[in-house]
Amino acid sequence: MLLPLRPGPARATPAQVAALIAELVGEAELHDGRVKLDLPVMVENGNAVAMTVSVDAPVSQVRSIDVFAEGNPLPHVLRLQFGPRAGAARIATRIRLATSQTVIAVAKLADGSCWRDSVDLLVTLAACID
Amino acid sequence: MAGLDPAIPPGTDTAGMAGSRPAMTDGGRAGGAFLTRLVLAATLTLLASIGWAAEKHSGYDDAGPETRAMQDDDASNPGFLWVQQGEALWSERIGAAGRSCADCHGAGHVAMRGVATRYPQYDARLGRPVTLTQRIEQCRIERQAAPPLPPESDALLGLAAYVGLQSRGMPVQVEIDGPGQSFFDSGKALYTARQGQLNLSCSQCHDGLAGQRLGGSVIPQGHPNGYPEYRLEWQGMGSLDRRIRNCMAGVRAEPFAADSEELTNLELYLGWRSNDLKVETPAVRP
Amino acid sequence: MVRVLINVPKRVKKGEAFDVKLLISHPMESGQRRDAMGEAIPRDIINSFVCTYNGEEVLRADLFPAIAANPFLSFAAVAEESGTLVMRFTDDHGTVQTETVNVTVE
Repeated sequence: MLLPLRPGPARATPAQVAALIAELVGEAELHDGRVKLDLPVMVENGNAVAMTVSVDAPVSQVRSIDVFAEGNPLPHVLRLQFGPRAGAARIATRIRLATSQTVIAVAKLADGSCWRDSVDLLVTLAACID
Repeated sequence: MAGLDPAIPPGTDTAGMAGSRPAMTDGGRAGGAFLTRLVLAATLTLLASIGWAAEKHSGYDDAGPETRAMQDDDASNPGFLWVQQGEALWSERIGAAGRSCADCHGAGHVAMRGVATRYPQYDARLGRPVTLTQRIEQCRIERQAAPPLPPESDALLGLAAYVGLQSRGMPVQVEIDGPGQSFFDSGKALYTARQGQLNLSCSQCHDGLAGQRLGGSVIPQGHPNGYPEYRLEWQGMGSLDRRIRNCMAGVRAEPFAADSEELTNLELYLGWRSNDLKVETPAVRP
Repeated sequence: MVRVLINVPKRVKKGEAFDVKLLISHPMESGQRRDAMGEAIPRDIINSFVCTYNGEEVLRADLFPAIAANPFLSFAAVAEESGTLVMRFTDDHGTVQTETVNVTVE
């Protein structure tokens, strides 16, 4: 039986994530919008949460997408870069969420602008562990 | 009493199911107790008429929308990783006999169509019921002259998932007449018996409290129509054996041994109890 | 070698985006769990995924422990001529696994 205990810090903090985002964004201004983070607000099981991130821009204009989870022990979830054969600035996957928290997506565009979206979610623990 | 508790599947003998309904008022308040029952009956009738939680239904209906979506799309259903493995194993020649499943059965999607709907089933030669997984192992040992696959191994789950998939969408049709009856009765007794430090029976939760919540989760009716299934809590694929053993550990009971007579009899009962529900293998559940 | 299941449409239209869906059989051990003896289970994940089509990049992803076990990825690619989608996965041990699937452009 596996025990859900952690050796390191229990959770990242919003301040830590803000610092990671500041490093990512650099000198550019961070605006809300254009990137859309799709996550269920009520999470049935934190082990596998369906997530879609998409950017309202031609994919050739999208430099990168990063996703951060403020409440996870390790906040960086995903980094994505698109190439010339990409069909759309979009990815769907499933992520792990340790607890109820805010998840943030940051997209950087070719013109240097940076865009952000966030979702606050509730993560319920399973009633029957294992 | 089954009529007052629509969560109990019709035809279930509720004798001995103490605690499957909420306690009523004491005998000294006969009038109040009657009124309570009347209101309860009226409410349950109303709820049953709008189809709420009353009918026999799959755990799929109790899962959240994202979990259902994961199951609905074969391209995103992780269970298909095991189906893929099972399909490959179906054609693999193994054992001293150098024989594959396909060599005897032919194409899996033809020969195995509908098979999973009838398991567990009574085996006249063995004189007891066998589950689908046990049947697969039996074939390996006796007809392929190969060693059995370890329980809960990816290979065994893969084969069971591949065979189960060939019955997807078809109604469960487990038979308990004739020589299987006594094993069925044992299984049902296990289902309704209190066990463990928490002193709970399967029936108390999965008949009496199905549709209500334990923690953040909706309590399902506990039908095995999607096994082997991908369970998010397991982060992997697992068998009905595993799920039942987990449940027993959950009520702090000593779990029945894997592949034991008790588990097989209980699974025969559970299979019959899920009759007419559609097979969903490989299901996805929280 | 991990099992991979790739889904692409049988035929795609020239210049029109099409969905690529894949499932990878991998526990994506986060490094955050402990075993029954209380020992930390070491991290062991697929940390990089690169997809190319006829030699040109479709996308590249850095994956972290927060990606769920048995990863599912769904993204869009676009093709001008028939060819081969090549997917490369790298894990924490440095092992690289390559999977390919042919795409027919009509």
